Amino acid sequence: MSVTQYRRVAALAAVAGLGLALAACSTKGDDSSSSGDKVTITVDCMPVGSQKELLKDWNADVEAFQKLYPNITIKSVSVGAQCNNPPDFTARLAGGTVTDVFYAYMTDLQQVLDSGQAMEITQYVNKDQISTWDSISKEAKAAFSEGDKLYGIPTKNYSMGLLYNKNLFQQAGLDAKNPPKTWEEVRDAAKKIATLGNGIAGYSDYSAGNTGGWHFTAELFSQGGQVVTADGKKADFNNDLGKKVLQNLKDMRYTDNSMGSKQLLQWADLLTNAGAGKVGMFVGAPDATTAIVTQFQGKYQDWAMAPMPGQGGAAKGTLGGGEGYFFKKGLSKAQVEAGLKWLAYEKLTVGKGQFDYVRAKPENNPVGLPQPQLFIPGSDAFKADNDLKVANANVTVDDFALFANNPVPIKFEPANAQAIYAVLDSAMSAILTNPNASVDDELKKAEDKVNQALAAAAK
Amino acid sequence: MPSATVAPSPIHASPPAPTTRRTRRAGGQRITNNLTGYGFLIGAILCFALFSWYPMIRGVVMSFQRTRRGVTTWVGWDNYERILQDPSFWTAWKNTAYFTVLALVLGYAVPFVVAIIFNELRHARGYLRVLIYLPVMLPPASALFLFKYYAYDPSDAGLFNAILKVMHLPTSQWMQSTSMAVPAMVLASTWMNMGGAVLIYLAALQNIPGSLYEAAELDGAGLFKRIRHVTIPQTKLILSLMAMLQVVATMQLFIEPLILANGAGTQDSATSVAYLIYQHGFFQNDLNGAAALGVIMLLVLGGFSAVYLRLSAKQE
Repeated sequence: MSVTQYRRVAALAAVAGLGLALAACSTKGDDSSSSGDKVTITVDCMPVGSQKELLKDWNADVEAFQKLYPNITIKSVSVGAQCNNPPDFTARLAGGTVTDVFYAYMTDLQQVLDSGQAMEITQYVNKDQISTWDSISKEAKAAFSEGDKLYGIPTKNYSMGLLYNKNLFQQAGLDAKNPPKTWEEVRDAAKKIATLGNGIAGYSDYSAGNTGGWHFTAELFSQGGQVVTADGKKADFNNDLGKKVLQNLKDMRYTDNSMGSKQLLQWADLLTNAGAGKVGMFVGAPDATTAIVTQFQGKYQDWAMAPMPGQGGAAKGTLGGGEGYFFKKGLSKAQVEAGLKWLAYEKLTVGKGQFDYVRAKPENNPVGLPQPQLFIPGSDAFKADNDLKVANANVTVDDFALFANNPVPIKFEPANAQAIYAVLDSAMSAILTNPNASVDDELKKAEDKVNQALAAAAK
Repeated sequence: MPSATVAPSPIHASPPAPTTRRTRRAGGQRITNNLTGYGFLIGAILCFALFSWYPMIRGVVMSFQRTRRGVTTWVGWDNYERILQDPSFWTAWKNTAYFTVLALVLGYAVPFVVAIIFNELRHARGYLRVLIYLPVMLPPASALFLFKYYAYDPSDAGLFNAILKVMHLPTSQWMQSTSMAVPAMVLASTWMNMGGAVLIYLAALQNIPGSLYEAAELDGAGLFKRIRHVTIPQTKLILSLMAMLQVVATMQLFIEPLILANGAGTQDSATSVAYLIYQHGFFQNDLNGAAALGVIMLLVLGGFSAVYLRLSAKQE
């Protein structure tokens, strides 16, 4: 048997296996479209057994929700890598085994629409179904819309800034209250931190598993650039701004030697190093600190966050992204409404579900981080969420004040983002691992490949 | 003629029953007698059909289609054209071919040499067999993580770099180097898989009649002559089979780039064809392109298999 067959069999077997599991939970045919009747929906991303606290909270929420709506039954499904793994998600989508209400990144809209798996829900979504709907940011809604058609509900968002290790700043003689504001200052601070030795990188960055392209994009946004043209048809990073991004990194890596020798890092690699106290600074969202603490043995008190650095001044933009839920095509009206009620309860109500800070505080889940900031600043939901967060904070809010109080304009990720990121990984890896790599050549190669990927996607 | 002297068998002596009736009855009898066996066979055939043949056919069909907005259309050779224009396409084939050739040199020859050495030993052969097989018992992902984080650490703290430093040799960036990525993958892969090949070669070597070696020794043959004139000819069949399996297995290079290089590696230096299929299918939202690339790979590997079958038929 050839590799093709093996791979395909493995993929299909995985999808088929998952399909059987999900089919067992399928609700097709056992619901009625009449809103007063019993209705069942499957939802994904239930925490796994090892996440004891999270699973307990989830089950409690399902139980409370079903008490509130006795005619709705929630069937929870645990899926591969708990929703945060693009290949798992693609397999489920391609295999047609997504749940009735299914999780996706904001970058997945195109892929979901191409698969024909999602239904348009514009007519169903309003303030009656989701009481905070009018307070949710328009940009987040746009990430799940095409034109005036809505396909999904945003439930979490993030934007990026500069995370830095206060301990290492102190050891390097830097002022942790006055972190770098520009890429030039980042470079200087990185040099000083790297002199501490012991394998500590002053600044660290990604270059594999699509995360390199993601960070290139974030750093390009900070310079005022964009990865694709406004119409989304052509690459737009092979220019002076794109060159500055790569040249900054190349200078830090090889001229200053301030980025450490271990490269080809992807998400978990960098956070593992950060958790071990080996990273002075990196670009990330506030919830990166949550991962550092809960998954990589770091400490909250070591980390603080500043706004995204800019080139020669304040950043002109920062990358924003997030997640949300789509509805599987073919659901009845009652199922869609039940799904909306569930999302409203678990993801979009202040004081409930993901915003239940009273419950999160004693469980040592972080309260007080400036994100998600799904609600429009100044809106009722924003104020209520903020008040509750401040009252129950268990992280030092001051450590994130510079980031929260100096917002940078958020620029959301482009369509086909994951395909673009996969290509840009190559440019990032070249610059960070090969001292002889040419910034111009790498950008040109990446531009050709991205243009090809965009042309293929447009066909 | 001897056959003329042989008495007719009782079967021939009695008048033969009508052929069709006898065959039908005998066939029916065979089916009844082997009902359990056929039951197992049907199960196996169904499993192959469902998880092997159907996906393969489906893959070929998908390679000529494209799905947009849930609507699937026939696009002819479009997916193939697109895949052939992918700048990583030839790089992936080049890396895969390089890996296969290196793996043939290392992964094919080294286990054979090790098996010969083990076979020549009079003591401790059993212990060494266990020791050499131990890496095979490690899950491949665990073994590769060991290489990734300890052996191939590009700093001086890495195991291999520390050894090179002690020997006053230049250190390497290993997986971060465009020139070392493929050899480093071959090294790890050989270490992981050598045990199984050694045991197969050992079994073949132990089947060679000792009298052949004794005769060779009486004729004054030394170790190398014995290997050349006895060992290799006597194990030719298993050697050619293993060579073919090695080519097919090494061209499936996937988990090594995925784990050791976190994907494509530096400037695509670790991209393999199988990884490119995965990248198109699962990262670039291009399942049809991935299917086309899969079919191309299927044809290439099918070509290798056909050549092998032809050669072995000639040898026979």
